Amino acid sequence: MQAINSGDTAWVLASGALVLFMTPGLAIFYGGMVRAKSVLNMMMMSFAAMGMTTIIWVLYGYSLAFGKSHGGIIGGFDHLGLAATLDQVTGPEGHQIPVLAFAMFQLTFAIITVALLSGAIADRAKFGSWVLFVAVWITLVYLPVAHWAFAAQGGTGGWIVDKLKALDFAGGTVVEINSGAAALALALVLGKREGFKRDPMRPHNMPLVLLGAGMLWFGWFGFNAGSALSAGSLAATAMINTQIATAAAAMTWIAYEKKRDGKATTLGVASGAVAGAVAITPACGYLNPLGALILGLLAGVVSAWAVTRKYKFGYDDSLDVVGVHGVGGILGMLAIGLIATVTANEAGANGLFFHGGTTQLGRQVAALSVVALFSFAATWLIATVIQKTVGFRVYRDDELNGLDTTFHAESAYDITGNSNRY
Amino acid sequence: MKLVTAIVKPAKVDDIKVALQAAGVAGMTVSETRGFGRQKGHTEIYRGAEYTVDFIPKVRIEVLVDDAEAQSIIDTIVTAANTGSIGDGKLWVTPVEQVIRIRTGERGGDAL
Repeated sequence: MQAINSGDTAWVLASGALVLFMTPGLAIFYGGMVRAKSVLNMMMMSFAAMGMTTIIWVLYGYSLAFGKSHGGIIGGFDHLGLAATLDQVTGPEGHQIPVLAFAMFQLTFAIITVALLSGAIADRAKFGSWVLFVAVWITLVYLPVAHWAFAAQGGTGGWIVDKLKALDFAGGTVVEINSGAAALALALVLGKREGFKRDPMRPHNMPLVLLGAGMLWFGWFGFNAGSALSAGSLAATAMINTQIATAAAAMTWIAYEKKRDGKATTLGVASGAVAGAVAITPACGYLNPLGALILGLLAGVVSAWAVTRKYKFGYDDSLDVVGVHGVGGILGMLAIGLIATVTANEAGANGLFFHGGTTQLGRQVAALSVVALFSFAATWLIATVIQKTVGFRVYRDDELNGLDTTFHAESAYDITGNSNRY
Repeated sequence: MKLVTAIVKPAKVDDIKVALQAAGVAGMTVSETRGFGRQKGHTEIYRGAEYTVDFIPKVRIEVLVDDAEAQSIIDTIVTAANTGSIGDGKLWVTPVEQVIRIRTGERGGDAL
């Protein structure tokens, strides 16, 4: 067995825990945003994603994502049941970490990506069908895309990272654009909530939304800086860039909103923070701090505008997965082609504004386009098959009554303690 | 005896309570409620989308009074609740057949 770098290992282990923490954070973030009658169902979808994805990851998920590549498209079966991972190491000489630390870290990315999709179909998905969808979507969409962009195998791994050489530090394609495109497909297949555009459908609990946003912001340091897979200056660059872009977008979102709607909302500041963190995700290891600031400032405004498109085009992306994750992810991927600099990361590239020409920009556009199209098409197909067979959309009466009692025999708020006694 | 029921703006509840206490009212009941009158609902903009809100938050105040005091209590509430702008609410008076204090069994005016 080769020598493990204990500093790097400690940081990746901690990062795995940080990123896992984001999914309960997302449950709380999303839970606060829906109406009180379906908050438990909303949270349950995230927890089910943690459960199902982990089971799949052990059985074949890790293997298909990170096993020996077959033509850059999908990993092999060499790690079925996490075989050949105990006591194995991965990473460059001097920065080796246990394969299982990496596998755990990557598992948490798979979990949050599929959990993100639940926001597009709030209040109207059959719970059993969601669990089925999680399993199928992870298998047919997440694992290939993660392989393409994350499975670097010295030139013979995933095609995005090893052949196209598009840069994606922490998952702008795999997590953000993938979830945004899939969310659009899901929202289209399941249709609009009863009362969409007619009823306000305001968030029922903004303190929960802010708490969840805080948990996401906190966990995102593991997500982004952890993706350095080492505890050194690259992780530090990624971490400060994450903080800068997240903070900047929170401020520009509410500034834009104040100008547009007259008030700066707490939902706006929470959404802005997430939009900034999303945008910096692919770019956090390739920009300098001022680049991160520019990207963050821009992301807050662009995403705040993007989330209103659903009213214009009539798709009910209930909790704005498309506008925040899809659009933010695209921004971040493009930012690499424009303002990346090798002074931030010598393994990175120079963007157009750092005399790097348009080569990298072209690679970024190619990667994000293929991921978006594949994810949208495959998700649309999966959701349609589920809808036509076991059914995906709930009955109208169940939707109106709320999904908490319909699927979970529980309701979130029982202020008097008497609601079961009358 | 009379039951005085007033639907008022939530922001005026404290003023009304203080005025009623000063007028010597022994008890009152308030509840949060929603509804619309001639003003209808209003439109709100939230997250870039405009909505019509039909039911506007109001507070319902109920006070039981002796016939002799009814008019002064009504005047007290109307004065305290008035802002002069639309949506100030409504007040109505209904005759009450019987009032009983549950603890002692007292009836009529003694129960107020």
